[in-house]
Amino acid sequence: MAAGPMKMRATLDAGFIDVRVLMTHPMLTQQQSKGQPHFIQNVTVKVNGTTVVEGQTSQAISRNPVFSFRLKGGAKGDRIEVSWLDNTGETNKTEAAVA
Amino acid sequence: MRVPAAFAALAFSFALAPASAQQSPYADYQRMAAESAPVELYEAAGEELWQKKQGPKNASLEQCDLGQGPGVLKGAYAGLPRYFADVDRVMDLETRLLHCMMTLQGRSREEATKRVFGDADTPSEMEVLSAYVASRSNGMPMRPGKDHPKEKAAYELGRKLFYHRAGPWDFSCASCHGEEGKRIRMSELPVLSMPKYAGPLMTTWPAYRVSTSSFVTLQWRMNDCYRQMRMPEPVFGSEVPVALITFMTVNAEGVTYRGPAIKR
Repeated sequence: MAAGPMKMRATLDAGFIDVRVLMTHPMLTQQQSKGQPHFIQNVTVKVNGTTVVEGQTSQAISRNPVFSFRLKGGAKGDRIEVSWLDNTGETNKTEAAVA
Repeated sequence: MRVPAAFAALAFSFALAPASAQQSPYADYQRMAAESAPVELYEAAGEELWQKKQGPKNASLEQCDLGQGPGVLKGAYAGLPRYFADVDRVMDLETRLLHCMMTLQGRSREEATKRVFGDADTPSEMEVLSAYVASRSNGMPMRPGKDHPKEKAAYELGRKLFYHRAGPWDFSCASCHGEEGKRIRMSELPVLSMPKYAGPLMTTWPAYRVSTSSFVTLQWRMNDCYRQMRMPEPVFGSEVPVALITFMTVNAEGVTYRGPAIKR
């Protein structure tokens, strides 16, 4: 099953990059899914190819997660890539240049 | 400068609250909720569906005429509801989308309306398509049709329906939406017969509804209001909901569309 749309906005602010990522994912807990949990387990953020964030997430996060964070420094045009991997092995990613 | 729809949705969502509620808890809530609004995800899903070939004719909706010409999406939502000569009646967005599903894609009314309103897990076709089409009118003034005799008749019918009391509780739309300064739980009740309130409100539909984690449309809102008034369910895309939507949208005429937005 193909992952749903993923949208990202990355804007340069005073000394940092403000990033917001919208992810489409049912994020079903063990209980909600009656034994078939389906949720994002890893979130990775790369800046110009270098990994800066390696997150391990759990079923505690709700449907369609929004990941909003700031990266110190940075410049316009920097390539930000955010990817996720869920417990079924499904992945998705999105890339954007800092505006 | 024309801002890409995704960013426009974010930018405009900060100006969401009606003028009367600038300092109110409603405005604060909307500002906080707007930042993480998943509206763009519905718009993206809608764009995909718009291009998807479906039905017996294996066709997409890309040639659908929403009033500005076949396939023209920019400004289409801002021009609805309006009279369509090919069907000789006034249609709102969802009614017109249904028309295109039936004519362009060859789908039956029964099949296309099987699940017009979705839920948190799975939005309906109408919901994602509405999100996408509406997003293409963001930043434009609302100019629903109001000069054609049938558009005038739809407005008049909408106005009559707005004040018509019926059902076991003898409710009309005006029962809740007829007095200034009222609220239901923590949502403002705009007096929709007045441009002062219809303007800021009608420019936020369709919208993502936080309390149900779902995307809702105007046809859904008409249906749900009738349900809340304990009246029979209006037929999707029929004269009644279209007339009411026409009445309220014409009352909002000229105001800049800033949706799709986010609601409680």
